[in-house]
Amino acid sequence: MIKVQQSDFVVADEYRYLANDNQDGAVVTFVGKVRDFNEGIDVQGLSLEHYPGMTEKVLNDIEKKAREHWPLNKVTIIHRFGDLTLGEQIVFIGVTSPHRKAAFAACEFLIDFLKTQAPFWKKELTSEGSVWLDAKNSDDDASQQWQEKLND
Amino acid sequence: MIKVLFFARLREQLSTDSLQIQLSDNMTTDTIRQQLAETDTLWAKVMSADNLLVAVNQEVTDWTQQINDGDEVAFFPPVTGG
Repeated sequence: MIKVQQSDFVVADEYRYLANDNQDGAVVTFVGKVRDFNEGIDVQGLSLEHYPGMTEKVLNDIEKKAREHWPLNKVTIIHRFGDLTLGEQIVFIGVTSPHRKAAFAACEFLIDFLKTQAPFWKKELTSEGSVWLDAKNSDDDASQQWQEKLND
Repeated sequence: MIKVLFFARLREQLSTDSLQIQLSDNMTTDTIRQQLAETDTLWAKVMSADNLLVAVNQEVTDWTQQINDGDEVAFFPPVTGG
């Protein structure tokens, strides 16, 4: 299930949906939040822009890719856009599988790929004004490492 | 007609979120980039950014992709979601 939305999500509701199938032995979830610092500057909030249409397409592709590599049952990806304040939830990834290793790996893969492929852009509101974030090399590295690992 | 979209930092720098251009012979993603760069010095600077990305019909591609009438072409900086 892919959702791109402005409104917040409730982790308990998402968990309930993911966890109601007894063929699964593992549920792994990840929540990304707005934190209060970046490169030493105080962050007061975020503004998230995306490319409607392409975002959903890319997230569907990423889910498909994960399913090719691990035996997954349910997959939920939720990403918010718009203005978010400190501490708010930005992104939710949830996967279920008969086995924990597949669930852990797929969850990490999904967030790593989302970060480098899905067309979202963050603008930070700081004490020194608002600034568009630059992409991080470490995120590209994480995504690259998956490509190498999965192609082995 | 080709629909051209701009996102994030690009959209702000150019004060433009979308525009329409006419299809020309043998048009590629690079042709469009060059054509837009000729607008003025601001566009020239923004469109020559090293890390500029381009998508055609909502799929990231390179600077050699052929453009067809009705295509949607988007320019944007590297993504920073998650």
